[in-house]
Amino acid sequence: MAGTASGGSRGSRLAPYLLVAPGILWLLVFFVAPIITLAQTSVSGLEGPWWETYQRALGNYGTHFFRSFRYALGATLFALALGYPLAYFIAFRAGRLKNLLLGLVVLPFFTTFLVRTFAWKTILNDGGPAVWLLQQLHILAPGGRLLDTTIAVVGGLTYNFLPFMILPIYVSLEKIDRRLVEAAEDLYSTPLGAFRKVVLPLSLPGVFAGSLLTFIPATGDFINAQLLGSPNQQMIGTVIQNQFLEVRDYPLAASLSFVLMAVITIGVLAYARVLGTEELA
Amino acid sequence: MRRFGRWLLDGVAILVLGYLFLPIFVIVLYSFNRPAGKFNFVWKAFSLEAWRNPFAYEALYESMKLSLRVAALSTLVATVFGTLIALALTRYRFRGSSAVNLLLVLPLTTPEVVLGSSLLSLFLDLNTRTGFSTIVIAHIMFSVSYVALTVRARIRGFDWTLEEAAMDLGATPLRVFFKVTLPIILPGIVAAAMLAFALSLDDFIITLFNAGNRVTYPLYVYGTRRAAFPPQINVLATAILVMSLLALGATVLWQQRTLRQRGMSVTPLA
Repeated sequence: MAGTASGGSRGSRLAPYLLVAPGILWLLVFFVAPIITLAQTSVSGLEGPWWETYQRALGNYGTHFFRSFRYALGATLFALALGYPLAYFIAFRAGRLKNLLLGLVVLPFFTTFLVRTFAWKTILNDGGPAVWLLQQLHILAPGGRLLDTTIAVVGGLTYNFLPFMILPIYVSLEKIDRRLVEAAEDLYSTPLGAFRKVVLPLSLPGVFAGSLLTFIPATGDFINAQLLGSPNQQMIGTVIQNQFLEVRDYPLAASLSFVLMAVITIGVLAYARVLGTEELA
Repeated sequence: MRRFGRWLLDGVAILVLGYLFLPIFVIVLYSFNRPAGKFNFVWKAFSLEAWRNPFAYEALYESMKLSLRVAALSTLVATVFGTLIALALTRYRFRGSSAVNLLLVLPLTTPEVVLGSSLLSLFLDLNTRTGFSTIVIAHIMFSVSYVALTVRARIRGFDWTLEEAAMDLGATPLRVFFKVTLPIILPGIVAAAMLAFALSLDDFIITLFNAGNRVTYPLYVYGTRRAAFPPQINVLATAILVMSLLALGATVLWQQRTLRQRGMSVTPLA
């Protein structure tokens, strides 16, 4: 990069450190230090060995962890199934409408997350339009519900994190050289073959990034489960929030939070090792 | 066969766009509802009542004011911090830059519930009372990464030799910054600031942990699930949507204009 040359000799070695200092200090104090405090809190006030709280956390709330990962995985797969075609459409078929469509994808997310989720509650409500339609089509039994079901929660998670799937896939599709696809077709590849052999592999970095950016917030979310689900759909986020703010069993709450972070961070670091962090940004 | 595939793709894309807009349609529609009870979840009758008195609920109005103040303050600080980091990462090669990169990405790959709860355990540990300042601290924390990464993406690949050219022509460093560097990076900074502002206005989970007894707009909406959900919430949500749309449109136009101007003013230099 040309940047290394500018500034010459006058203290330019220090310059980058001075530039990053305020922001990085802020992150060290209010992001890294809190994680350390979290770990300390999780092992505080114990009589027995340090893993006592963790044992209690996983023993009591293991099902919530598994449910959260399951729901998040489901939401990620749905978001991929819905997001990929739209990203493909915008990248390859939208022409001059490209920027407008990208704007439309982001626009709904300028209304508050909570208000959007309440809107889903309105749509899925008993006696609401969705229930009526599905009953008319005999997909849903009379008296059947959508609210307070797993479908509602996973659907809400899918909806709320869909743009995080669409945008990275779009970016990776956009970078693909169109001539590669033409070349494949010139060599008698079918459109489906060209997609499978050329477009899909080149868009995989976007798929990975989008999957992580959907999966991570979905795992920790508790709004969708609280507003659209019943206690049977409670996720680990609800437990952490409840333990921290209502029950105030801080060691237990901290250990739950720490386990969630540890599992996800290990996954992310493994991902970063294989594919690099560039795609995430 | 090929035509069928395209037709199918277009159909799916349109359906997904519809899915994205369905709740938005409901939010706007229900701002014109006159609900039967306290909860605006079932359609009753068309009414302009909520639009005539958008601030009928004092607490809703206060929460909106608090959210705007938090967003303004945290956006200001995070934009400065984040932009400085982005400049360092694009302009210099230095030891530790990959650690800086990692530190920027990690908050984005940590669930919000962890960010919020760990920050709360820090404040508990320090015996800090949670309230306005802790909300702002938290919002700056999660915005810095977004700003730094957005600005970096926008200014990467820019031709920095223009700065040297200005210096060679005798401009002072300060003048170079304000006349050359800032105009170049400004569109990226504005985009990042808008993102930070929107994220702050919308944040619920991290704020819930660190708000003490203060109530931001999302926290107010959360609280309504037990007491009442007035259509005024939909009115404000619609208003925010329209204002974001206008801001988005204005920046796009402004960026196109500056790009055109730059195209004309930069070429003679090259």
